[in-house]
Amino acid sequence: MAAPDISNLDLHALANPLRFTRFATVLTPWLLLLGLGCLGAGLVQGLFLAPPDYLQGEVVRILYVHVPSAWFALGGYLGMAIAALAALVWRHPLAALSVRAIAPVGAMFAAICLVTGSIWGRPTWGTWWVWDGRLTSMLMLFLLYLGVIALVHLHEDRARGLKMAGYLAIVGTINLPIIKFSVEWWNTLHQPASIRVSGSSIHPEMLTPLLLSALGFLFLFAGLVLVRMRTLIAEQRLEMRALRRAARAG
Amino acid sequence: MAVAKPKQQRLVLALAALAVLAVAGVIAAFALEDTAAYFKAPSDIAAEQPTPGQVIRLGGLVKEGSVTRSADGLVLNFTVTDMKADTAVSYRGLVPDLFREKQGVIATGSFDGNGRFVAKELLAKHDENYMPPEVAKALEKNGHPVKGAPTASVGGDMVAGDPAA
Repeated sequence: MAAPDISNLDLHALANPLRFTRFATVLTPWLLLLGLGCLGAGLVQGLFLAPPDYLQGEVVRILYVHVPSAWFALGGYLGMAIAALAALVWRHPLAALSVRAIAPVGAMFAAICLVTGSIWGRPTWGTWWVWDGRLTSMLMLFLLYLGVIALVHLHEDRARGLKMAGYLAIVGTINLPIIKFSVEWWNTLHQPASIRVSGSSIHPEMLTPLLLSALGFLFLFAGLVLVRMRTLIAEQRLEMRALRRAARAG
Repeated sequence: MAVAKPKQQRLVLALAALAVLAVAGVIAAFALEDTAAYFKAPSDIAAEQPTPGQVIRLGGLVKEGSVTRSADGLVLNFTVTDMKADTAVSYRGLVPDLFREKQGVIATGSFDGNGRFVAKELLAKHDENYMPPEVAKALEKNGHPVKGAPTASVGGDMVAGDPAA
């Protein structure tokens, strides 16, 4: 079987870091503004206007932060793994940078998810934490993010560190379906998904602020990753310049 | 056949490795089916016949009309059911807000010599339904009662109607 020839795809149009930086510089403020706007609207609606829950009361409002952070901690990981794959297979210069850019943002989202979940769990379940399938696999996701960050910096040789981080990122994708389906495969304390292909079991008055807030989280995630990409590109150029200067002086 | 380019080789290798990993993951998930379960249902326990003193997590729904309190009000007695089997539970301690009849609970403890499950820890499960109180009330009025919806009072107060009290 011949591998599909995707080498001629125009991945190279944005591969030039300078061109990418120009594109990212224009896009970043828009993403951040849109993100803050959506998140603000979603949170005002969710925290002040949406009704309390019939069982949980006011505690339900943590949903508007907890659920979006969980979604994009997972989504971000998938993006990071795809970038790691692209770096491994096509040696795309920006792909390796994306891995480094996404990891801390995703780790932060996973941390927000874990902390808000814990705060919600105490009054609702009666405990801060249990080692059930969903909570444990979500903690694994956070640790995988930390592992990727650590591996990038493990080697003196940046390229080797990145390679190992990339392997971990790719292997860790196994955890994504485990997180998603943990609540169906095994019995867990955590409840099953409320939003499915067949519909949502969240009342529309609560679903609207949730989706608004999620849109905000998405734009913020993208914006923060672009900020980090630009920082990393600038850092790389500084390093190159220092190397050239050292070479000339030497 | 033309020799594959290095990047195609890498792609095929990476995809093959991913496929192997995915298969390994699926096998592991199936193998973990029993051990990764956080709790056991009353029917599992009926089948296993655990020895008294063996610590287990029991999970299921609080059976309707089964909640009572001891005369001194300190011990909560209720039945956990999975619609196939029932387990009688006693618990002494803080009751979570969401503890209600027909709502999910997870009790950690062990059986005493008399076949009664004595819980040391009681957790309430929440389901995937989120709605405002008025909607839950309206559903109930129209004959579609929501699982665990508060009727008159909430939480531990619901045992106020207990004949022993």
